[in-house]
Amino acid sequence: MQTYDLEAEGLRGLNSALQAQTAETNQTSWEIVNPRGSHAVAVGLDAPIEVTVKGSTGYYTAGMNKQATIHVEGSAGPGVAENMMSGIVVIDGDASQYAGATGHGGTLVIKGNASSRCGISMKGIDIVVHGNVGHMSAFMAQSGNLVVCGDAGDALGDSIYEARLFVRGSVKSLGADCIEKEMRPEHIEILRDLLEKGGCDAKPEEFKRYGSARQLYNFKIDNAY
Amino acid sequence: MAVKDIKQDGPPRTVPIQSATFSNPINAEIRRAAATGIYDIRGGGAKRKVPHFDDLLFLGASMSRYPLEGYRERCDTSVTLGTRFAKKPITLDIPVTIAGMSFGALSGRAKEALGRGASEAGTSTTTGDGGMTPEERGHSKTLVYQYLPSRYGMNPDDLRKADAIEVVVGQGAKPGGGGMLLGQKISDRVADMRNLPKGIDQRSACRHPDWTGPDDLEIKILELREITAWEKPIYVKVGGTRPYYDTALAVKAGADVVVLDGMQGGTAATQDVFIEHVGLPTLACIRPAVQALQDLGVHREVQLIVSGGIRTGADVAKAMALGADAVAIGTAALIALGDNDPKWEAEYQALGTTTGAYDDWHEGRDPAGITTQDPELQMRLDPVDAGRRLRNYLKVMTLEAQTIARACGHNSLHNLEPEDLCALTMEAAAMARVPLAGTEWWPGKPGTGF
Ligand SMILES: Cc1cc2nc3c(=O)[nH]c(=O)nc-3n(C[C@H](O)[C@H](O)[C@H](O)COP(=O)(O)O)c2cc1C
Repeated sequence: MQTYDLEAEGLRGLNSALQAQTAETNQTSWEIVNPRGSHAVAVGLDAPIEVTVKGSTGYYTAGMNKQATIHVEGSAGPGVAENMMSGIVVIDGDASQYAGATGHGGTLVIKGNASSRCGISMKGIDIVVHGNVGHMSAFMAQSGNLVVCGDAGDALGDSIYEARLFVRGSVKSLGADCIEKEMRPEHIEILRDLLEKGGCDAKPEEFKRYGSARQLYNFKIDNAY
Repeated sequence: MAVKDIKQDGPPRTVPIQSATFSNPINAEIRRAAATGIYDIRGGGAKRKVPHFDDLLFLGASMSRYPLEGYRERCDTSVTLGTRFAKKPITLDIPVTIAGMSFGALSGRAKEALGRGASEAGTSTTTGDGGMTPEERGHSKTLVYQYLPSRYGMNPDDLRKADAIEVVVGQGAKPGGGGMLLGQKISDRVADMRNLPKGIDQRSACRHPDWTGPDDLEIKILELREITAWEKPIYVKVGGTRPYYDTALAVKAGADVVVLDGMQGGTAATQDVFIEHVGLPTLACIRPAVQALQDLGVHREVQLIVSGGIRTGADVAKAMALGADAVAIGTAALIALGDNDPKWEAEYQALGTTTGAYDDWHEGRDPAGITTQDPELQMRLDPVDAGRRLRNYLKVMTLEAQTIARACGHNSLHNLEPEDLCALTMEAAAMARVPLAGTEWWPGKPGTGF
């Protein structure tokens, strides 16, 4: 296990050490101490390594992650796992705005709550939130899955494309072109798998599914907002 | 002698007079809106006449300044971008760059042609909404990768393949607006690169999904630098609206280069009302931006690239005399490739338009094969020939700018200065902050009481 003191040794050293790891590395396990809300912690990684952050982080933790498993033993600031390509990011606490924004792949698990715009513009990522998500979550969400075990705020899935949204609790309001959809057996299976990956003990049958009414896909004056 | 018979001819009448307010084009637009219920979408930039570089003149050398010999005496054209923070700044042979234009809006072959022409001329090209294509990376010696609100195709591998990164906040054609690519142009390849179904109208968001405001942008730029080992110059592109403050805030956020795009700047597709009615003319943007850089003590350390309606070497020289370090071209580059060429006139007519006016780039039926994804139309553009035309055009622009600089006595394009210029109109004098021709005065000149 490699231990890195972020406060003492600095961000540049941390990210360049982590980015230098390859598939063949034998330094597969990293622990970052004293993160103290730093921004851009463990960004741009591209190797199957495990990184544990002992505390809370600032903006863009694990940004553009590929392959790595990154575990924050605290809360994460805005834009955690933004544009993630693959790998796993787990936040033990809460996540601020834009969690998983534009993510293309991989899995983001938030054990607490996520703030507004969770999964905004998501492009293939799977996001599992144990708690609630704030307003405008999954705005313009293109593909992937957003699972919310708690409640969702206003305007869920506004202008959504093909992403799937699963919410167990209440939805304050749905955004433009987002509707409730039938939970078919294949969706139950997808959700079961996601819940398992996200370490949730909720049952898939307790969730409702939301997605695009596909009325905004081609411009029609009567559908304009 | 014929005597006018009032009874036969009637009393004298007024001639029919067209309204300047309700002109034929306006009335046609009212009828079109009434018939279709949808606003007009088109490509290109503002078509209305606004104060522009044509309203400025160079003074040339005289008794007080001596000129340099054309072709013989050195007149440097190179420019280095990204000297503020990037470990690997980029140096271009000429100060005319190719602006960001998306694959999707343009065909893969057109992107290849841009790469070929720019590389041969020693300058850079820029990706656009929709990500980086191998054609473009392969044929561009220096490639700037745009970081846009849509993040279509964004990934860390392409980010690292780029020579510079351009964070797009806005565009001159539509400051405050997002992008659109209509379903007709969404081929399998375009759809796949953008993770969206084929054939639907694609909207690109008008603001970034994971940051708002200059304080966030500072952290976003930190993240991009950390992902790319602080190597790449980071540009921030803004549409011309509040150039003084936008430039100052881009500098505060940590930009290496500010790209400022005026309202004449082209777009692939936007509402006409947006193109014609939002934003500032390019001419009005430059001095406030330069002032911001000077006030912060970073003029020349943070480079300024100006775009929007640049057509000739004279435009290049004028933008640089007003304080720009380089310019970018979009529309002019497409014309050099073959856009709006009279040889397609019959086909333009069939589309209800004419050479020079064709702007329905969003429809994907471009007779010149440039702004299309249609497999057959695309083949009309030979990327090698088109690239050569672009190279020639870029060389001519550079020679023209050098001609002017030498005539003004400068051995580098970067030595051109506002004192080399005068203005033909009060408006241009006020915007460019150079004297009205034949006077020492411009509106707003400090100490003149205006
Ligand atoms: C066909 C076309 C596509 C464009 N696509 C983009 C784009 O994807 N991103 C962007 O920032 N600007 C885009 N622009 C704007 C250009 O980058 C540039 O700002 C503008 O073309 C400069 O003005 P000019 O056309 O008068 O030279 C596009 C312009 C055109 C003509």
